[in-house]
Parts: sequence; structure tokens; C-alpha cells
Amino acid sequence: MSATTPQNTQEDRKFTINFGPQHPAAHGVLRLVMDLDGERVERIDPHIGLLHRGTEKLIEHKTYLQSLPYFDRLDYVSPMNQEHAYALAVERMMGVTVPARGQYIRVLYCEIGRILNHIMNICTQALDVGALTPITWGFEEREKLMIFYERACGARLHAAYFRPGGVHQDLPQALLNDIEAFCDPFLKVLDDIEGLLTDSRIFKQRNVDIGIVTPEDVQNWGMSGVMARGSGLAWDLRRSQPYEVYNDMQFDVPLGKNGDCYDRYLCRVEEMRQSIRIMKQCLANMPSGPVSSQDGKVVPPKRGEMKQSMEALIHHFKLYTEGYHVPEGEVYSAVEAPKGEFGVYLISDGSNKPYRCKIRAPGFAHLHALDYLSRDHMLADVSAILGSLDIVFGEVDR
Amino acid sequence: MSKQQTLIAHLQSQLGDKLANHYESFGELTLEVNPGHIEAVLKFLRDDSECAFTQLIDLCGADYPERPLRFDVVYHLLSMTQNQRVRVKLQAGEETQVPSATGLFDVADWFEREAFDMYGILFSGHPDLRRLLTDYGFEGHPLRKDFPLSGHVEVRYDDDAKKVIQEPVSLVQEFRDFDFESPWEGARAANLIPDSLPGDEKASKEGQEG
Repeated sequence: MSATTPQNTQEDRKFTINFGPQHPAAHGVLRLVMDLDGERVERIDPHIGLLHRGTEKLIEHKTYLQSLPYFDRLDYVSPMNQEHAYALAVERMMGVTVPARGQYIRVLYCEIGRILNHIMNICTQALDVGALTPITWGFEEREKLMIFYERACGARLHAAYFRPGGVHQDLPQALLNDIEAFCDPFLKVLDDIEGLLTDSRIFKQRNVDIGIVTPEDVQNWGMSGVMARGSGLAWDLRRSQPYEVYNDMQFDVPLGKNGDCYDRYLCRVEEMRQSIRIMKQCLANMPSGPVSSQDGKVVPPKRGEMKQSMEALIHHFKLYTEGYHVPEGEVYSAVEAPKGEFGVYLISDGSNKPYRCKIRAPGFAHLHALDYLSRDHMLADVSAILGSLDIVFGEVDR
Repeated sequence: MSKQQTLIAHLQSQLGDKLANHYESFGELTLEVNPGHIEAVLKFLRDDSECAFTQLIDLCGADYPERPLRFDVVYHLLSMTQNQRVRVKLQAGEETQVPSATGLFDVADWFEREAFDMYGILFSGHPDLRRLLTDYGFEGHPLRKDFPLSGHVEVRYDDDAKKVIQEPVSLVQEFRDFDFESPWEGARAANLIPDSLPGDEKASKEGQEG
């Protein structure tokens, strides 16, 4: 950079750098090859796939039930939301209905997943632009939520809790009481985190008018979720194509105006408040009854039944070895995951294994747009935009 | 008339024979087209005000090795204004040049690169058809049905060479791929046993006491 003559200055301004594959602001293993003009970004070529584990290939070799845990390992920040899309796809093909209590539990845990995801995103994005405190406050709350996960299914991350037909186990009343007790204090913490960020001059300088997404970009780049809502498009699958009991829930869909990083941040904060609202309604109206379908050909029997009934024992054996056969055909089922539209395209050939399972991850489309969104921004803005896209490499690379 | 039937009628009148086939299953509408017509069909679906499928939600491949044209290319479109989805499918062989959708939807770029990477489906007119998810220098197309689950090569760090090297996969234990399909049904399907065995008739005689 020791250009002295005017001719050299122009040449030396342009150079290419590597961002990652290991970089704290890359939110995982991402390599960006960036063409810069001084500090101005001219082109970004993301090299993804460093976390590619061949999930779709593996699923083709597993039975329908064995495929389910792979979905926890995609977007590991909100595991249950993805199991949900897969479970819905299998249920649609099998024609299985989930009992009311199962549906309420699913919605409850989906919203917990949404809060888990948004805390993670807001706090790490703030960290990327220089705010160190929110992450310490936010992760304390995440820890509490992960304990709710653990108490429901035994695992903090790899839940395998939503199964085709319902959920794996019923929740004890004590857990429901504790989730209820979590709700209001969490809103207070959210206010505190907002107090640190929303009006912070530095945070606004780094986010306002950065990475603007227009409604046309949303259509063209296949964006969904907060990326669409931040630009003022009132599109939420929980509302427009409702699944489970979302139809009965009262909640607002927050919209942004400018489509910049700051509006997306505001949307996420408000979505967490709405999630708490939904959780409270779930807890208040939680019906009693079974949590999963009573169809013995799909849902394995409980341990106690197996000790009593020969038929249950046979079902248990058959379901955990051969598994169930899914009718021939194909479905695409999508849920409003915290990051956007998470879809599962399942092709069945009538056997006990999926013939093809394509996972449509929202982060994949969003990361693709990084090049477009970052052009003519400063180098430092790239990490702000990347954070605001809400990328997790588990789902991008699959 | 349901929303989907209205849509089908509209498409049939507007697209004519560009639409090779269509069917509804599990409440989802699938359109089948020939590769030559795909650009025109996608453009119509995007721009027509009654369709307004302005978002390409997903594009992926699927492999059926027993067919002469072994690949399916599947497009999932979404209309936010009509709140409707549609699936468009076409068949392609290993040599078929499928016209790229990148001119219509920017998002198609990576989806097509992924389909090329995973299946080797070729897209003509794609600006930059490189591998996307697999390693630098990877050979083969992993999601093809004839590609083994274990792959062909494995990588490790070689301490002598001081670099990461690739070598053929060696498994310390034979790869276990159990077939759990029901032995009874399976044997019957393979014509190893006749359609009915002595005693089968008991299952159909309800309430009869033996």
C-alpha cells in the first residue's frame, strides 16, 4: 500500500482478499473471496459447502423415522422448527392427524425455537458491529430455553422431539408452569437488550440504511421470513398458509419499512414479543389428551403398553426395524422457520425410505444474495449484512 | 371450482401444448413441461397477473436411473399475492441442456449450481456453472443413485507430506446396509412364495372360532 506515484495509486487500490473460512463474523465456516476497491466491495464470491455432510444422501438410506434427527443438525439454532417441516410432510403423505395437545405442544416449542434463534441472531449481529454486552445477557436466556428443550426431550440441541404423528413424549405440568414463569421476566430482559441497542448511536450508524432489500429483491432472490417482512411484505406462513393451531392464535406480524439491517433487527425483537404472546396462549389453552396419533401403524407404542400387549410389542419391533411404508407420491411442505421459509420436498416410491428429500433452507437463498446486497458497501458493512441475513451453515451447506 | 382448478383451466387456455401434463396430488398442483418450453412457461407463470408466481422457492434435481431421461428438474414456485404454490417438472438426460432460469429469477443461480454439482444436470445459459457444495477438485455427482453412500475418496492430513491428501475410501468394517423390508411381503413380491400360504385364510374370516 506504499503507492507513491499517481499511476500506481489506481492499480494498488484494487485487490482481492479472503474472508474466512475461519472468521468470527462468518457465523460458521464460510469463505468469501472479495474483490475490493480500497475499502469498497466490488464483488463477493461466497465459497460454501465446508460443512456439507450429505444430509440428503444419508436420508435416502434411512427409514422415515431415522431421517428425522438429521433435521436437528441443519439449523442447529432452532432444531425443532425444522423437524416440524419434515414431520408435516410425512404426515400429509400418510394422512395422519395430530391430536390437539400434540399440536399445541408443537406450536409452543416452535415459538421457543424462534426466540432461541432470534436471541442468537440479534446478539451475535450486535457483537459483529461492536456491542459486547447483549450476547452475555441474551445467552443467559437462551440457556433457560435450552433447559426447556432438555426437559421435554432430553437434549439441548438435537431434540428429535417432533415425530411424524405428533411429539415423542408428553410434557409434565411442572415444565409448563416453568415455561409460564419464564415468559414475563423474559420480556423485561428483552427491554433491557433493546435499551442497549435500539437507540444506540453506534448500533444505528452501523445498521441504518445498510443492506437495503427492496420488495422486488425479495421476489427475485427468493427471500422469505424476516428478510421479506423487513421490507414491508406482509408474508408469514403462520398466517397465510397456517398449519397446526396457528389459526387459533392471536399474534401480530411486525413489518419493517426500509428493508435495511436495522429494520430487520426491529422485526426480530418484535417477533420475540409475539412469540411470547403465542406461548402464553398455548399454555393457557393447552388441552389434555394424547400427544401423538393413536395409529399403531405409524407411532410406536409406549414402553408400558409393550409389557402388556403382544400386539404393541410386534408394532414396536416392526416400526423400529422396518419402519412404516409411505404411499407413493411427492409433497412439498413448508413452515415459517425463524430464518424464513423452510421447506421439505419429499418423494416417496412407496417403500420405507424416502426416495428423495430435498431440503429448502432459507439461509441458502439469503446467503446467495450477499454479493448483490454488499456491492458498493464498505468492507466493514459486509459483517453487518452477513449478520443480519441470519446465516447458519448447518442449513446452508446441508 | 377450486382455486387450483381455476388455475389449471387458465393455464391450459394460455399455454396450450406447452403444458405436457398436469396433475394434482396431496393438494398440490404439478405441471410437466418439455425442457424446450421451460423458459416460456416460467416466464408466463411469473408475469401473468392471474398466476403471479413471482418467487422461485426451490429448484432441485431427482434421479431415476432406470429411465432413458434419468433426471427430473423440479421447480417450486410461490405467489405471495395469490397465496398459491405450483410445481413445475421436466425430464432431462445426462446430455440434455436445460435452459437456465437465471434470466428470470436471480435465485436460480445457486440452485442450478447445486443441481449441477449433485446430479450433473447441465443448464445452458447459466453464467457460472461451477460446483457449489462439494470440495475443490471433487469428482462425481454425489446424489446420483449410482454414487455410493461412502463416496470414492476420503481426505486426511498427512503428517509426513504436511498437507491434506486424498486417498480411496477404506472401511475397517464392511458397510452395513440392512434391508428391513418385511421378509414376508418381500418374498411374496419376488415370487418366492405363492400368493397365499396355508393358514392365510384365517386372517380374512372374522369372528370365526378355531
